[in-house]
Amino acid sequence: MANKDDIKFLSNPNIGQQHKKYCRFRKFGIKHIDYKDPDFLLQFVNEQGKILPRRITGNSLKYQRKVASAVKRARHLAMMPYVTDLLK
Amino acid sequence: MNHYEVTFIVDPVLSGDEIKATAQTYVDQLTNVGCTIVHVDEMGLRQLAYPINRRSSGIYYCVEVFNTSGEFLDNLELSLRRDERIMRFLTVRLDKYGVKYNEDKRNGLIGKRKKKSAEPAKEETSAPRAAREEAPAPKAVKEEAPVPEVVEEEIIITPIPEEPAAELTPDVEEIVAESTEAEEDESKD
Repeated sequence: MANKDDIKFLSNPNIGQQHKKYCRFRKFGIKHIDYKDPDFLLQFVNEQGKILPRRITGNSLKYQRKVASAVKRARHLAMMPYVTDLLK
Repeated sequence: MNHYEVTFIVDPVLSGDEIKATAQTYVDQLTNVGCTIVHVDEMGLRQLAYPINRRSSGIYYCVEVFNTSGEFLDNLELSLRRDERIMRFLTVRLDKYGVKYNEDKRNGLIGKRKKKSAEPAKEETSAPRAAREEAPAPKAVKEEAPVPEVVEEEIIITPIPEEPAAELTPDVEEIVAESTEAEEDESKD
């Protein structure tokens, strides 16, 4: 009968759809996380420099652990702050 | 049979020759111990994220080394710890992915490095890069929020010196007008 294309919705059904979270390391095959690259690690911390949880970043457990250790190493080398405000 | 990575921060107060000599002593020490130097990365002067020994910047060196055993690390770390010219150090054993990553980085294959240098052979990493840019996009929106605030502050700050003078005069006039009116009222009464 009617194709999906023929149906007209009153509102755009694509609005409000939740994007499925994914692990970027698994998806793109990133195997190593460099602790000397603070710009990249900045994606995994919040404004206060705290490591974001997995439920927000979507990392798999394996890579969340690696991210955490990389962030901690970067902090030790003063490439990232331990505590701060308005990091982003 | 391991790759090790020794990163250390040299005090920036030293002169350029001293800094190089400091780095060289540790490279020499590593070779004397029987390590094969894979690469010495001079990362140069960087701002520290927080002050160390009241210094706000430091000169970063990263030495990648190959050795059959890790016994040399104890002596190396002891000498690094005793050295006043070294502000911080970190020794890390690299896994096979780390070795490959460093190799790719040296050859300019890592996406982030490429973005700055804009080299060819983008096809492999173009997709991840696009996705990486997508991922932080919501954060970018967040970033925009603070920026207008700063602008607003600037806007607010600039007129302040002018305003008091401008405000005062009308107020005075109004007060004068009111007082005259009051006087008039009083006079009427």
